[in-house]
Amino acid sequence: MSFTLIIFYILSAAILGCGLLAVTSAKIFRAAVYLLFSLIGIAGLFFLLENDFIAAVQIVVYVGGIVVLIIFSIFLTHRSGEQMPMPSKKRERIGFIAALAGFALAHGLIYNETFIPTHQPKIEQSVANIGSQMLDTNHFGFVLPFEVVSMLLLAAMIGAIVIAMKVKPKE
Amino acid sequence: MITMLMSVELILNSVNINFIAFNKYLFADKLDGIFFTIFIIVIAAAEAAVAIAIIINLYRSHNSIDVDETNEMKY
Repeated sequence: MSFTLIIFYILSAAILGCGLLAVTSAKIFRAAVYLLFSLIGIAGLFFLLENDFIAAVQIVVYVGGIVVLIIFSIFLTHRSGEQMPMPSKKRERIGFIAALAGFALAHGLIYNETFIPTHQPKIEQSVANIGSQMLDTNHFGFVLPFEVVSMLLLAAMIGAIVIAMKVKPKE
Repeated sequence: MITMLMSVELILNSVNINFIAFNKYLFADKLDGIFFTIFIIVIAAAEAAVAIAIIINLYRSHNSIDVDETNEMKY
């Protein structure tokens, strides 16, 4: 029962508990705050997996960007104090069965598989290695998805501005 | 509608955890899991921005963001 295992169980309980509360809460602002705690727990899990870069990116982009955006949109479109309409009992039951089916599928796949770790020398997951491989054109470089994703970001930015723009009525 | 967006973010985060864990324990000589995770984070951020713009636009025309009340195609 090493300390890493205890920390992993605490973090997993926090992530799963906050995630469950986020999707079943009645007030929408509380759901956003539970999502915030769940994402911070996931960043903690990344720190436990010795991957500091992805943990930092997760905190900056998800917690500091997306959850803040969600909270802004809640303030712009809701009276956040009142209760949300809860789904009907039939929907809740079907959702629970679907979640259970997904869990059974994942469990069946992982439980019956023998995982063999590779014996090649470990590569250090530092920012220098990530950067130099991402911009590499030869050795399994990822420069093409990088450029495509930057075009996607441009399109998303322009699209979001165009959709949410207020059209002034012509005088 | 906003809770749907929050649920999608949870799903994408679960896939991120999967990629990083497999990269660390099974394929310690490659960095592919990290790259996929970075791309998933980027795409999730772009999708969240466009979804919020759609929600704001929907609120202007319908004055509510309940998914059951948006059932007509009229502009």
